[in-house]
Amino acid sequence: MAEIQEGGGGGHKGGKKRAKKQSTRVDMTPMVDLAFLLLTFFVLTATFSKPKSMELTFPAPPPPDQKPDEIKNGITFLLTQDDRIFYYEGQFRAADDDKGKKTSLSELNFSQESLHKYLLEKNKTMHDQIRALDDKHKKNLLPDTTFKRLVKQAKSDKESYTFLIKTDDQATYKNVIDVIDELNINVVGKYVMVDIMKPELDMVKEKLGTQ
Amino acid sequence: MSKKPSKGGAPALDMTPMVDLAFLLVTFFMLTASFRMAEPVTVDPPSSIGQVDLPDNNILVTVDDKGRAFFGISNPTAKMAALREMSAKYKVPFTEEQIKKFSGLPSIGVDLKDLPRYIDAKEEQRKTFQPQKGIPLDTIIPNNQLKDWIALGGKNAVLVYNDAKKKVEDLNQDFKGEKPRYAIKASSKTKYIYVKDVVKNFTDLKIYQFNLITSLEGGGTVINPGPSK
Repeated sequence: MAEIQEGGGGGHKGGKKRAKKQSTRVDMTPMVDLAFLLLTFFVLTATFSKPKSMELTFPAPPPPDQKPDEIKNGITFLLTQDDRIFYYEGQFRAADDDKGKKTSLSELNFSQESLHKYLLEKNKTMHDQIRALDDKHKKNLLPDTTFKRLVKQAKSDKESYTFLIKTDDQATYKNVIDVIDELNINVVGKYVMVDIMKPELDMVKEKLGTQ
Repeated sequence: MSKKPSKGGAPALDMTPMVDLAFLLVTFFMLTASFRMAEPVTVDPPSSIGQVDLPDNNILVTVDDKGRAFFGISNPTAKMAALREMSAKYKVPFTEEQIKKFSGLPSIGVDLKDLPRYIDAKEEQRKTFQPQKGIPLDTIIPNNQLKDWIALGGKNAVLVYNDAKKKVEDLNQDFKGEKPRYAIKASSKTKYIYVKDVVKNFTDLKIYQFNLITSLEGGGTVINPGPSK
């Protein structure tokens, strides 16, 4: 098959004639076939992108005898079935009391006009601040370390909202990731995953039941 | 223009550049290819704008959409050590050969007492291996194997990392390895409470930082709108 014909010239008795031109030609076709076969195989099996990930820190459970800190400016998202999000602002109140009215839930969804817009509104000052820093950083006006420090500083603003994410037993992992993702897109400084409380769950159930 | 009469045979074409390129590509793909065995379950993670690469040195818990948990360690040495300790703790004997074979397997999702059988099974049989119920993490009946896997796996991964680091630093060289990280991979459709159960195992062990594996999202600012109602 492969035409290595080195002996081609050797058969002649006259030694001077042995360097014939075609005698060194090798048929490369099988090798090239194989090369392309391998190429196809590796191209098809190659995995280029390593999986990406999102870093998240969960809160340590508080010591049992300690009362949880009151959160100022809290916004609580309650995720539930069918990709629905309920939310309320401030402290949870099961009934009217001297500090405020009974908590009522409002609804958001995962579309661009709903959750994204809502977060953008709530987090406007911080968002603008960080965007401005980012612009400067991109134009090389800020060194890396200063940029990081300033962003951190802006994010730890005491007056900004803290977002709490709670889920009932019907919410999917995708819902949770989508909400966190949206918080990240809107450069929210403080958010945390928390367990849902019974009265909140009841309120969600009631809301789902009436619609 | 050419006055040469075309002969019956194919025109000679210089293939050399093409063949050169083909070999170049073959070499490239061969060198960059990394072979992995098929995971016991395929999960389809949700997308996010997260840009952090999954660390090479990881301890991975996969949760599929039925809530089954699968456990894997990327470092084979740590994996073998973890299995040895698990075997001692739950009094399930493993042969040396099984331990060695185990280090090459991807994530596992079987009860420890079924694990010897799982290891001995052939690759094709593993896919349909029956008691693949996920690693038990019951807290009601105290049989929380996942927690032990995480604890022992994490401990050994850190030990292996420290050993390697020390060895390199003794030779006065820079150590380039990564510290082991804990990663959670779950399917989009997985109910969050299942993931929460897994996270609880981590937080019980005082591990609070994770990498949640997601697929990369194209645009960056657009999220999938939910089903319109």
